[in-house]
Amino acid sequence: MIRIEPAGAEALLLVLAEQPDSQLPLRIQALSERLRQQLGGALIDLVPAWTSLLLHYDIQRISYTRLLQLVEPLLENWLEETCPACPPRLHELPVWYAGEDLHAVAQACGLSVGEVIDLHSAIDYQVGAIGFAPGFAYLGELDARLTLARRSTPRVRVPAGSLAIAERQTAIYPQASPGGWHLLGLCPLRLFDLQATPVCRLAIGDRVRFVPIDQAAYLALVGPA
Amino acid sequence: MSVFAVLRPGPQTLLQDAGRQRWQHLGVSPGGPVDLHAAAWANRLLNNSWGSPLLEIALGGLSLECRGEAWVAVTGAAMPISLEGQPQLNWSRFRVRQGQHLQLGQARSGQRAYLAVSGGFAATPQLGSVATQQRDGLGGLQGDGQALRVGDLLTCQPLPLAGPASVPSDFQPDYALQPCIRVIPGGDAMLIGPPQLQGFFNHNWRISPHSDRMGARLYGTALACPVMPAARQWSQGVSTGAIQVPADGQPIILMADRQSMGGYPLIGWVHPLDLGLLAQCPPHHVVQFSPVELAAVQAQLRQFYRFFGR
Repeated sequence: MIRIEPAGAEALLLVLAEQPDSQLPLRIQALSERLRQQLGGALIDLVPAWTSLLLHYDIQRISYTRLLQLVEPLLENWLEETCPACPPRLHELPVWYAGEDLHAVAQACGLSVGEVIDLHSAIDYQVGAIGFAPGFAYLGELDARLTLARRSTPRVRVPAGSLAIAERQTAIYPQASPGGWHLLGLCPLRLFDLQATPVCRLAIGDRVRFVPIDQAAYLALVGPA
Repeated sequence: MSVFAVLRPGPQTLLQDAGRQRWQHLGVSPGGPVDLHAAAWANRLLNNSWGSPLLEIALGGLSLECRGEAWVAVTGAAMPISLEGQPQLNWSRFRVRQGQHLQLGQARSGQRAYLAVSGGFAATPQLGSVATQQRDGLGGLQGDGQALRVGDLLTCQPLPLAGPASVPSDFQPDYALQPCIRVIPGGDAMLIGPPQLQGFFNHNWRISPHSDRMGARLYGTALACPVMPAARQWSQGVSTGAIQVPADGQPIILMADRQSMGGYPLIGWVHPLDLGLLAQCPPHHVVQFSPVELAAVQAQLRQFYRFFGR
């Protein structure tokens, strides 16, 4: 059942599914693009998430009632939407598995450090949502054997490029920021870069594979400080 | 061109405009002034367009030297304003001439003042905005998300104005009062339950000293927050003014520098025109909340946007 409800004075929330699945990110992305095309400037920001899409709308250009009238027909068969023009890509992201929490994670999961690295880098992940910070991509779904709740006390500062895990998700912190996830390693690539096109390396629906590298390779890729 | 040299920046003086729109899908915070009402009046006093770049001055302590001529408007928190030692009126515009020193003292009531110049401050936008986002490292005078620093040079192309002017007194809020903040109930309010919602509206709350431009944190009688159903445990897009109820039952209201997505249960949203009153509250100030309907809020907001030319 789709739920449509106000999300404040200038936003509308579409809850499209109860639980995420591997098809949802691209479908929600496709719906988002369709709404952008059809409603144009009346929509300011569209924020796709695992199971929902938030529409920030311009109340001077469209009323709540009119927005509902336009959105509802588009939702009737939204699952049949063809996926976006831009097909999902596979990114191979190098990671130096030397994170501050690597040993603690291994211990908490009853695994060796090598097993944690193998399990984490063995599968392809999918970008389910982008949020929290610029370019922060939530990747699913982490091997169940690596499931850990968030740290009870978040770190005040997590270094930029940190690869981290929490629950059934993994992500890279694009900038140094506070963070409550467990740190497994460091990725030398910039994930959010105003000088790059596109500015955000990962897109919703993209697949990500982590490739373990050693310290020398990491330092070579980071370049001189 | 006129230049304002920063002699003393104060604890946190930020360049702001209407905020960063159309980038939330990549996790970029919208930012912008935390007190929309005061910021809009500062620009309006100078006939500037909506969202012209201006300064948001937290707590005071700003000192500028003017090289050139300009009209300046100051609104928001009550800070002693002095131009070459001569007191100036808050919520007003006044003329500044070559070589004059403009100082804003410590805030006496309210937390943030807005200082605009005719024509607006010039800066290079990033992702469509000059709004300073310290956490994201975006915007500001140097484009690195930093607050103003000693020696920064702010420039503007001043436009002529007829003479002094002030905001009508009815529109100058008294930030020392105990505000009653209007809230549109919704989100997970029904899951959280009517008794908790009643508790939220019936109790007095206080502003936590941990509040910032990202979130106004409240403390008071904790709300009992039930475990959310599995379907609600996935983060969703959030909007400014959203009232989150974390497990400790002490609400957090998302302000201008909020994140794009959040996972905590929500009991509603603060009226966008009341967020400024909240942002002006000093730590431990008492606030109350009252329910309001979405349609009424939208009507008031439309009128506000029309008046200020958004």
